[in-house]
Amino acid sequence: MKREMTGARMVVQALKDQGVDTVFGYPGGAVLPIYDELFVQNDIRHILVRHEQGAVHAAEGYARSTGRPGVVLVTSGPGATNAVTGITDALMDSIPVVVITGQVPTFMIGSDAFQEADTVGITRPCTKHNWLVKDTDRLAETIHEAFHVATAGRPGPVLVDIPKDVQFATGTYVPPRPSTSHYQPQVKGDPEEITELVAAIETAERPVFYTGGGVINSGPAASQLLRELVDATGFPITSTLMGLGAYPASGPNWLGMLGMHGLYEANMAMHDCDLMIAIGARFDDRITGRIDAFSPNSKKAHIDIDPSSINKVVKTDIPIVGDVAHVLEDILKIWKSRGRKTRAEAVEKWHARIDAWRKIDCLAYRNTEKTIQPQYALQRLEALTRERDRYICTEVGQHQMWAAQFMGFDEPGRLMTSGGLGTMGYGFPASIGVQLAHPEALVINVAGDASWLMNMQEMGTAAQYDLPVKQFILNNERLGMVRQWQELLHGSRYSHSWSESLPDFVKLAEAFGAKGILCDDPADLDDAIKEMIEHDGPVIFDCVVEKHANCFPMIPSGKAHNEMLLGEASTEGAIESGGAVLV
Amino acid sequence: MSALHIKKGSTRHSAYNLRPTFSDVEERHTIAVLVENEPGVLARVIGLFSGRGYNIESLTVAEVDHTGHLSRITIVTTGTPQVIEQIKAQLGRIIPVHEVHDLTVEGPSVERELAMLKVVSTGEKRVEALRLADIFRANVVDSTLSSFIFEITGAPEKIDAFADLMRPLGLAEIARTGVAALLRGE
Repeated sequence: MKREMTGARMVVQALKDQGVDTVFGYPGGAVLPIYDELFVQNDIRHILVRHEQGAVHAAEGYARSTGRPGVVLVTSGPGATNAVTGITDALMDSIPVVVITGQVPTFMIGSDAFQEADTVGITRPCTKHNWLVKDTDRLAETIHEAFHVATAGRPGPVLVDIPKDVQFATGTYVPPRPSTSHYQPQVKGDPEEITELVAAIETAERPVFYTGGGVINSGPAASQLLRELVDATGFPITSTLMGLGAYPASGPNWLGMLGMHGLYEANMAMHDCDLMIAIGARFDDRITGRIDAFSPNSKKAHIDIDPSSINKVVKTDIPIVGDVAHVLEDILKIWKSRGRKTRAEAVEKWHARIDAWRKIDCLAYRNTEKTIQPQYALQRLEALTRERDRYICTEVGQHQMWAAQFMGFDEPGRLMTSGGLGTMGYGFPASIGVQLAHPEALVINVAGDASWLMNMQEMGTAAQYDLPVKQFILNNERLGMVRQWQELLHGSRYSHSWSESLPDFVKLAEAFGAKGILCDDPADLDDAIKEMIEHDGPVIFDCVVEKHANCFPMIPSGKAHNEMLLGEASTEGAIESGGAVLV
Repeated sequence: MSALHIKKGSTRHSAYNLRPTFSDVEERHTIAVLVENEPGVLARVIGLFSGRGYNIESLTVAEVDHTGHLSRITIVTTGTPQVIEQIKAQLGRIIPVHEVHDLTVEGPSVERELAMLKVVSTGEKRVEALRLADIFRANVVDSTLSSFIFEITGAPEKIDAFADLMRPLGLAEIARTGVAALLRGE
């Protein structure tokens, strides 16, 4: 079915045919024809954000909580450049996002026209792929290909730049067809390598699963298969920040998150294991600590759909390129057909060792009666929301790590956080995207005061669409993680790491017609959290907490997994000069 | 896919241990990349090398299949085996890249480069330059009473050697195409 229509109408038609129901955007001169087409239809809901960065983060939140690509529509020049942080964030965390940008007309490209920017040039290194469409006849197929590339293989952001004259011109629309693209990533793993991994599973005495965001990106089936494999083998499992929820936090083999602020038992298990099974994780520097001391005596298997992740940082003994769900299915099939063997007795001993590490209780902190400790605030938030249909977003910093430590995620896609890029200002707009995708759910953004201010303009969006997002701000009047590093590394010289002139968050909420709650007394905390949950509308919760709390445990920069700092330990000289250059 | 008879496969296997990957020894590899000839594709390849800090010793590019719009990029690079494997894997991630071949691993291969050298001299030096050019099978493509332009084709080392000889004989300017390479045999 081919039809003649304008480029602008084609954009809207292609989005409809791709099953898009929500677009996050901000109009401007170079996308007006597309906005005109949005105006005359009711199938696609357009959410007007207050800044283009917010549009991309909202689309990321939508994508991560639904598994469907998020869609962004912004104008040329500043519209596109404002989106760059969000696009880079999506690239680092492998989130499928389709960004459509307006561009000055083709005959003005290169003339430094008003609101012209070399959008495909600027976004080339921060997209999975991008296109400048110069011919209306190629527009529809390009948008369909953009959706294919964004979602196939390792997901990521893509961008389609559409000059204004291409939007006005008439061309032939083609509907989506099974992709003829040469880009068809390999999803099945090599059976020989998989069999080698099964043999390693059968003989391992101290195994550990180390899982990441790739399990969640692979879809719900991957999480199910992971649970089956973990529970059938009885092997302990830890996860990166991005992978939390793929295996339930309430599961019997769960160790908690690993890495720089991961749990002691998780990091010790990684260090002392004899078989590490990395699934959809990429050995990020937050995870590995010092590379030459990383899990020195283990055989390492690595399952990843992106061949470039394998052997990038850590040498892999059993590399398996493929989609997590496909590979897990084959592992289970082969392992079962060979008699479901494990060294059960040895694995039990291994669990006993892990239990001893667990007894250290690495998350212990000193609670206080007069001041709310941030850890306590999150424990109460967890206790009071755990049973609900709940989605958590976070900003970036101490609160993010505490949320990962003190909140439990039993399902994939329930934690939205900026892992790779570490984007302060991610959480609030992401929570808007999540709430739009799940209107009945309880959506909470766990924030710090400094991060939250970075995209606070999105209060306008939350208010306009009456989105009951809960902004739970752990307010320590500090850039807490920066302050912590300055304490550990820079002789407690707190250079510019405190928040002067913070707004009155209650009044700020009220200025947007939302509800503001202030709580600074541990005794009032439960009631205040309940009040926040019960309120049907956006809430800013100003949770005034201890100002100098540090996030522990911690692997100091340049140290190994078994050299963690625990909360009570002295931090003096913990990081040597070699580690100080690391971030 | 194309009529170029290039064997598929190196992209798929780039993650596997073809040889010890975590050695400190720097190697020189010639990599052939078959790409869709679309706008910006060269920028993607070059941006990958600069963005991730890889070396480019030589880079050549031209469309080799006009009907299929495929270009062949030949890159000579250096790095530890781990870096070389990363380069190939990262090239394979670029969407318009169809095939990545490490000619050094898949080899043996033939490498050729074309260069033009302008030599300005008179008298004995001029005669010597012409005599050496004959030994190196370089052609004279332009001549005045006081200058020659030689055209020479060969492995990069041969061109280096010729240029070294021409330097004392009045070498004024040199233009090199960079390396083009093909696997030997079928």
